[in-house]
Amino acid sequence: MSKPHDSAPDAQVPSLRSLQDQFASNTRYPASADEKLAFYRQMLLIRRFEEKAGQLYGLGLIGGFCHLYIGQEAVAIGLQSALNPEVDSVITGYRDHGHMLAYGIDPKIIMAELTGRHSGISRGKGGSMHMFSTAHKFYGGHGIVGAQVALGGGLALAHQYNEDGGLCLAYFGDGAANQGQVYETFNMAALWKLPIVFVVENNRYAMGTAVERSSAETEFHRRGAAFRIPGMHVDGMDVLQVRQAAEVAFAYVRDGNGPVLMECSTYRYRGHSMSDPAKYRTREEVQEFKEQRDPIEAIKRLLVEDGTAEDDLRAIDKEIRAIVAAAADFAETSPEPEPEELYTDVLVDSYSGSAPAIPAAEHAR
Amino acid sequence: MTAPAKGADASAERRLNMIEAINEALDIMLARDPDVMIFGEDVGYFGGVFRATAGLQAKYGKTRVFDTPISECGIIAAAIGMGAYGLRPVAEIQFADYIYPGLDQIVSEAARIRYRSAGEYTAPLTVRSPFGGGIFGGQTHSQSPEAMFTHVAGLKTVIPSTPHDAKGLLIAAIEDNDPVIFFEPKRIYNGPFSGFYDRPVEPWKRHPDSVVPEGHYRIPLGEARRVSEGEAMTVLAYGTMVHVVDAVAREKGIDIDLLDLRTLVPLDIEAIARSVERTGRCMVVHEATRTSGFGAELAALVQERMFYHLEAPVMRVTGFDTPYPHSLEWAYFPGPVRIGEAMDRLLQD
Repeated sequence: MSKPHDSAPDAQVPSLRSLQDQFASNTRYPASADEKLAFYRQMLLIRRFEEKAGQLYGLGLIGGFCHLYIGQEAVAIGLQSALNPEVDSVITGYRDHGHMLAYGIDPKIIMAELTGRHSGISRGKGGSMHMFSTAHKFYGGHGIVGAQVALGGGLALAHQYNEDGGLCLAYFGDGAANQGQVYETFNMAALWKLPIVFVVENNRYAMGTAVERSSAETEFHRRGAAFRIPGMHVDGMDVLQVRQAAEVAFAYVRDGNGPVLMECSTYRYRGHSMSDPAKYRTREEVQEFKEQRDPIEAIKRLLVEDGTAEDDLRAIDKEIRAIVAAAADFAETSPEPEPEELYTDVLVDSYSGSAPAIPAAEHAR
Repeated sequence: MTAPAKGADASAERRLNMIEAINEALDIMLARDPDVMIFGEDVGYFGGVFRATAGLQAKYGKTRVFDTPISECGIIAAAIGMGAYGLRPVAEIQFADYIYPGLDQIVSEAARIRYRSAGEYTAPLTVRSPFGGGIFGGQTHSQSPEAMFTHVAGLKTVIPSTPHDAKGLLIAAIEDNDPVIFFEPKRIYNGPFSGFYDRPVEPWKRHPDSVVPEGHYRIPLGEARRVSEGEAMTVLAYGTMVHVVDAVAREKGIDIDLLDLRTLVPLDIEAIARSVERTGRCMVVHEATRTSGFGAELAALVQERMFYHLEAPVMRVTGFDTPYPHSLEWAYFPGPVRIGEAMDRLLQD
């Protein structure tokens, strides 16, 4: 038997637990009063937006697939509030509305995409799962489970090559964590010390399959160990914890140390998508999270303890409701794309497929 | 070619939708053959996102019907290994749009293990996968990638269009000793779709081919089904489009000879030849994109074999060469207007 490869001892590379140890010494971000209020406002916007999306789906104004982020708001807000929007990039899967709102993208054009209107962020042709914003360095919005993680590796490589100081935040779920391409990317990211933070939003269910039934290692933050990627395990229901973890992880990545794998334990209150009644879990389990772990209620309690007036919070609620109502109005009243739009953006050059023109009557039916 | 097959016994009036028919085929094969195993994302405990495997894990246990991680490459690769070792795996890929991570295994391994081993090993696996649009799935839940598989030597590609055929074809696919890609048109799981999307959804129970015999039967792979007999033109279709074409022809009162191909590989070219030689006109309809679609292969075969019988060029009505859009779904879908106009043109030619 050959001798193990005579590599550098572990002492010369950062310990795989170093970030977790640093985080564990102080898990709460010391948010200012203004920051707490901002977190509350942003999480509430996601919550109310998603509730409205659910209503519009029920009314038939949104068709097909629609995956709501309700319950997971603290993850997107805690992480993205720590980004530098000038240089950093974000990429995620199909449960993407929350990540877009967290990045300050206009709720109107997100909602209009959900309803498939021309004013939607992808002109209605992408739909709920397929949305992008170059202005915000938001790279989607991907309907194929896990595929976005590998793309995130490419974004990070571009950050590194351009020396722009940016990092890529690549979100995926506990289900996507079992896709093979995720591990190809882990290896490349660690090998080339790419500036990327892999974030597993572990909401316990890959569609209808609980993590215990789909995953040999359910401690997802350990899954980078084989690639020497340090892991962090964070309470994703606590926005201050997530933000603190982001501070630790982003500093490490920006120092050129390579990737971090962060697992955020979270929970989705609704089914996987609008067509999922979520019968694979107990009512008690859902209630426990809603009543005892809710991220928005938690920050609200902190605000009240700090002396924020109830009236001020109510004013925010009212303002958010108005924003969401305006987004819904916009999304309902905007026109659908013209049939000619079918041909746009297929290729950069003018479209040259062999298909004949669409009879106008087809769309008018 | 067989006539529209109906159950021969007294149970002939039992009506199932497509999901129930597929579930029954799986149930029967699990009961008959201990080598049959079913696995895929959400298929066990949850019973499948479209409920095609509902109740099977409870009935046959977790060693025969089980959930997998979201790992399509691993799922298909495991099925190939199991098949090579003598089992008869039936893997589900939750949407055809998710099959691409497993494409390497399908193309390079499943399709060639028999050839490569000079027949010592085979890969008798069936990959079931819902495909096609009409449910507002957008670009990652609507695709019809059948031509990618018909292009690969060593695979069989099957697409049922009725509950009766879904059951018989799935049983035949599972019993087949070659790898079979079994695409299920998800738009017609719960009822045949006329293409007139603004009309109420028809349930299967009013359709004659929802009569599904009990017990084991199979429909041989490679036999087309004649849906309607006519003189005006031959129309070749499969999956959802069979019902759309049928509805359009009825509305317009054109007596078409409509063939539901049912299996693309092997293809019932003899049935196509008999029909086209009689009608002299041929239209191909599919939902997939046009360029290099299976319609191109059909058009080539028809002109190669039946050129001197043709009175007009073979016509294709297909999806456009674009991704499947979310919002313009019905502009993309080759619906009644496009098919109807094409029929008129073909009759004038």
